[in-house]
Amino acid sequence: MATTVHEPPKIESQRDPSQSHGGFNGGGQGLVPGKGNLPAVKHYSPPPASTGIWVVLASITMTFAAFTSALIVRQGSALDWRHLTLPNILYVNTLVLFASSFALEMARRRIRVIAGGLKADSGDPSRWLYTALSLGLLFVVGQYIAWAQLRAQGLYLATNPNSSFFYVLTAVHAVHVLGGLGGLLRVIRKMSNSTLRKSTLDATAYYWHFMDGLWVYLLVLLWVKL
Amino acid sequence: MHDTAHAHVGQHAAPTSFIRKHVFSLDHKVIGKQYYGLALAAVLIGMFLSWLMRLHLGWTNLAIPGLHLLTKNGAPGDVMTPEFYLQLMTMHATIMVFFVLTTAPFAAFGNYFLPIQVGAEDMPFPHFNMMSFWVTLVAFLVLMSSFFVSDGPTLGGWTQYAPLSAVGQVGGPGEGAGVVLWALSIAIFCVGQLLGSLNFITTTLDMRTRGMSLWRLPLSAWGWFITSVMGLTAFAVLMPACILLILDHVAGTSFFVPANTVINDQMQPHSGGSTLLWQHLFWFFGHPEVYIAIVPGMGIVSHVLITNMRKPMLSHRVLVYAMGALAVLSYMVYGHHMFVSGMNPVSSLVFSFPTLVITIPSTIVVLIWMGSLYGAKLRINSASLFALGFISMFIAGGVSGFFLAQPSIDIMLHATYFVVGHFHLVMGVAAMFGIFAGTYFWFPKMYGRMMNETLGKIHFWCSFVGAYAIFMPFHYLGLAGNVRRYQAFAPEYMQHLIPLHKFITIAALFTGAAQLIFVYNLFVSRYKGEPARDNPWQGTSLEWSTPTTPPPHNNFGDKLPVVYHDPFQYGVESSTGDYVMQTSPEKAGPDDEA
Repeated sequence: MATTVHEPPKIESQRDPSQSHGGFNGGGQGLVPGKGNLPAVKHYSPPPASTGIWVVLASITMTFAAFTSALIVRQGSALDWRHLTLPNILYVNTLVLFASSFALEMARRRIRVIAGGLKADSGDPSRWLYTALSLGLLFVVGQYIAWAQLRAQGLYLATNPNSSFFYVLTAVHAVHVLGGLGGLLRVIRKMSNSTLRKSTLDATAYYWHFMDGLWVYLLVLLWVKL
Repeated sequence: MHDTAHAHVGQHAAPTSFIRKHVFSLDHKVIGKQYYGLALAAVLIGMFLSWLMRLHLGWTNLAIPGLHLLTKNGAPGDVMTPEFYLQLMTMHATIMVFFVLTTAPFAAFGNYFLPIQVGAEDMPFPHFNMMSFWVTLVAFLVLMSSFFVSDGPTLGGWTQYAPLSAVGQVGGPGEGAGVVLWALSIAIFCVGQLLGSLNFITTTLDMRTRGMSLWRLPLSAWGWFITSVMGLTAFAVLMPACILLILDHVAGTSFFVPANTVINDQMQPHSGGSTLLWQHLFWFFGHPEVYIAIVPGMGIVSHVLITNMRKPMLSHRVLVYAMGALAVLSYMVYGHHMFVSGMNPVSSLVFSFPTLVITIPSTIVVLIWMGSLYGAKLRINSASLFALGFISMFIAGGVSGFFLAQPSIDIMLHATYFVVGHFHLVMGVAAMFGIFAGTYFWFPKMYGRMMNETLGKIHFWCSFVGAYAIFMPFHYLGLAGNVRRYQAFAPEYMQHLIPLHKFITIAALFTGAAQLIFVYNLFVSRYKGEPARDNPWQGTSLEWSTPTTPPPHNNFGDKLPVVYHDPFQYGVESSTGDYVMQTSPEKAGPDDEA
């Protein structure tokens, strides 16, 4: 006969909805203060955003893995593969994208400092966020200039397989960068109305840094293969 | 139960406007119903197209009244042209694979029940969830719009093999704008599925309520979770393939069209592309897609069977591991679709081996079902009948897979009706039976009314007999050398097969008509069915613990459930009968972990 009453099993505290910090699936806690005028942020992120960003990055990785395998197969399938000199501005763009990531990281650190209540005059993190956003935009503009330079040389999308892959890979990466810029704008908006979650900030930062890594990978791939 | 007074990720206020409630809803339950509605519309269209094809195959010069309404040039005098037959075939397959077999068992039921089964208020990213449905609907509309371009939809088959799919109008009717719309539709569809997978994975990993460990998830939830991981990786590969295909069309690139390709006496202005590249990219998605269609069905059927057997599976964990093994192996076997593509024979062997290995987890799943059914006092109802039918179809279709897995045999059977019979049984009909089992089982929870059991059983027997009457003869046709994708059977050696084709056509018309019983049952029960109790099947999982039926906006009212048990505490003595619900603190027996 089933009559014994037992306590529910022990589970990880972060999954325990009855915990006072806002529960396993997020909550009012974990909010990052706007300009340092909110209570300290807890070092606890709602897992869905933290998990979700890795799911997104896995998906993007698969997409570019598919493009890479396409490039390798296509290169070996015919003799029409010709050398293509990458525009120099791509190297400048690389530095710009890295600088953008650096700015975002600086913003993150300041937010962490403010949220921890450790230092009140550590500066307005939104300035760094705007810097990251501007540099990200500059990267996209720089990519456009690279495309324009190729076009001026008579290298269009369909000119040869090298140019095809160059345009496709850089354009798809640029679309993802634009998505990241949207994420940065969202962070800035949430920051200004004090509804920014730490997990949102972290996820945006991971995504943005991943764009750096992805771009370096593409640059090396294009440099080696094209 | 415990408080949910705190704010939650994914939490959103109950909608007040009609638009927010029924159209652009953030509620996973409404989105699940929207997916189901889309799948229902799609399956009726897909079935109608198959009827037209079967009529043509049985009676090649038959005038089908009104056929010209579907096409500008494809049905002079209402008689189907060969090209229009291929266009209908392509649309039938695309609609069924993407918008029915992927949409209904995974996106529809998964959306509705996964958050409830894990004990959450909603998915963590409800806006993405809403977008996933609307993006999928747009994909469907884009696909259907190809009926309205000048030369109609593409005729290249759902696999869209290059180079014909990449050369444009010269490839035949529909190979211009039709292919572009097809590829655009599928690329958009991929976006929707990726958004859905993101939500499914995070819901399973992070939204589980107190006490809901992974091993306490019902098998249906495991099915959706495993499928979402497959979807994440498979659709992320198909989307770039579609982008490259579109570029070959609209930008003149040469990804898939080789140099010196002459089609219809015209030299193609492409150079150096690889036709095999498309096949690799497509089948890297395409084979996991088979399991994306079937694994949710496996989960649903397991869930339905456990509830109706009133006993657990022989091994819950082994079943989960087997489904996981299917998912992993599904990426390693895709080359068996390309045995006749001219690949190195060693490559064929490399792909043949895992293809044979994948039969091991499939067999384990079947043996667990069969072993669990042995000695069980199964409740016979529409849901359990369709669950049994699923197993039957899966076995019947799976057995022919053994033959096709071996290159030496596949070379003979490739592109024959044997293959068509194989995949229709193991992927198409089995998955459809999983959808039906889920519908009869969960309809009471979704709409608060019971479906008519008598009509359900009639529907089952007609479908069961009808499906075998259609698809078993396909195997014979294939062995007799009947090539697939032919619109007529002119060669002499095929003449004696035509009576069998006529029989299949009659069986298809009969089986299709039987589905109208289901549609009738669905709509009439929705409004006039017997009111359902909260737990009509005496189930244990969390969807049967909601405070109301259908569940309220936030699923569990003011309190989230606390889970004490695994979901298969059946055949025990408890205060409620022969089962203990997951939310009950009652100890079910000496082995219960509660």
